[in-house]
Amino acid sequence: MNNPQLDRNGQLKHLLSIEGLPRAILNQILDTAESFTGVSEREVKKVPLLRGKTVCNIFFENSTRTRTTFELAAKRLSADVVSLNVGTSSQSKGETILDTVDNLIAMHADMFVIRHAQSGAAHFIAQHVPADIHVINAGDGRHSHPTQGLLDVFTIRRYKPDMHNLRVAIVGDVLHSRVARSEIHALTTLGVPEVRVIAPKTLLPTDVEKLGVQVYHDMRAGLKDVDVVMMLRLQNERMSGALLPSSQEYFKCYGLTQDKLALARPDAIVMHPGPMNRGVEIDSAVADGNQSVILPQVTYGIAVRMAVMSILAGNTEAA
Amino acid sequence: MQLPDAEQLLQTLAERIRPLIDEDTALVGIHSGGAWLAERLQPMLGEDLPLGTLDISFYRDDFSRIGLHPQIKPSNIPFDVEGSHIILIDDVLYTGRTARAAMNELFDYGRPARITLAALIDRGGREMPIHAEVVGATVTLEPGQNIELVRDTTGHLHLKLTGGV
Repeated sequence: MNNPQLDRNGQLKHLLSIEGLPRAILNQILDTAESFTGVSEREVKKVPLLRGKTVCNIFFENSTRTRTTFELAAKRLSADVVSLNVGTSSQSKGETILDTVDNLIAMHADMFVIRHAQSGAAHFIAQHVPADIHVINAGDGRHSHPTQGLLDVFTIRRYKPDMHNLRVAIVGDVLHSRVARSEIHALTTLGVPEVRVIAPKTLLPTDVEKLGVQVYHDMRAGLKDVDVVMMLRLQNERMSGALLPSSQEYFKCYGLTQDKLALARPDAIVMHPGPMNRGVEIDSAVADGNQSVILPQVTYGIAVRMAVMSILAGNTEAA
Repeated sequence: MQLPDAEQLLQTLAERIRPLIDEDTALVGIHSGGAWLAERLQPMLGEDLPLGTLDISFYRDDFSRIGLHPQIKPSNIPFDVEGSHIILIDDVLYTGRTARAAMNELFDYGRPARITLAALIDRGGREMPIHAEVVGATVTLEPGQNIELVRDTTGHLHLKLTGGV
């Protein structure tokens, strides 16, 4: 099958989802990100790789952290960056997505970072742009958020380098979560032997087992002896209908507390993609506790996004 | 062509670097060959000499033509570059583009007082105004030939000739 993310030589051309990417490419991104972590700690936090390139962040859906880290990543690569919150500009005047993109191409944009509430939006744009322009999916609907999945596995690899000997639990609203889907694909592609999902039936997609995960409805059973606990945000804004009785009830059953975390391995790490609902999916004592790597995830997010952008820009065919 | 012995050249290089060392000196090897050399030189020149490594992939001038190198090693400069005397070590000095990239990268860590370039082999063919103060040996190659430093499993260094007729 034709993979729109890869060029004729099997090199990464767009980053749209982790599904369908070979392990070698995931490892190339993670290894490159390793080198970029050092750049952010230097006196000059910049390298000249994307000098003269223009990166456009088009966010049809709000996100402070993702947009900021993409912006910083592009700036640390010396690119020029434009960030548009389209929700508040042309789209509200009736312009179509492709018109927005075409206008930016007319301004000589080289790379697009797209966030959209509709699944498939980044694919749609990738199919539309000329061959020398790259598209990165920064989250599309419930489908995929590949750079989040990558930064999560990068964080895991930094704390638990032996990926082939890990037990990872993903807890919470898997049904509405593009992050969970990207995490599952990244973990299984990289050979993590045991990935568990812990959630009530109403917050799990049907056939979730087909992704290669073990399903638990009881959080205490699911956390037993895991090395990594990846919490998901309860997606209130994507929730329609009565999937949950109340957020207090949810916290009681699926909120991560010190006492539930004690069931995991003593050196287990706790992750959360943000923004956190404290007291809903995670207790403050855990979020701020010494097993939490939630802020390092943010730091690594910049290095991972620098790696993705520089690999894509390096795979540009002559137009 | 008879290639010089890399292990002997390493001794020569150490002897020629020794008089240049002052209290602010640090060794920085360029990946991969220069880093191997720097690692070997440090104990020969003084255990307390600061030692760093650079991978210049993010500073190459041919990125837009050939893309990012698939295997980048993190650069590691564990000392303050500001005001230091850096002896930059490369295995084979050729066009001078690698040394140019390495100097640009070093400046992003701080402003060194001085940079000295040392190369195991100078094979000529400069395309940049770059000069090595310390050279192990100068060789002349046939068109199409290349020389590279390799490290065997025992850690010994060898020079290898590739290409040509």
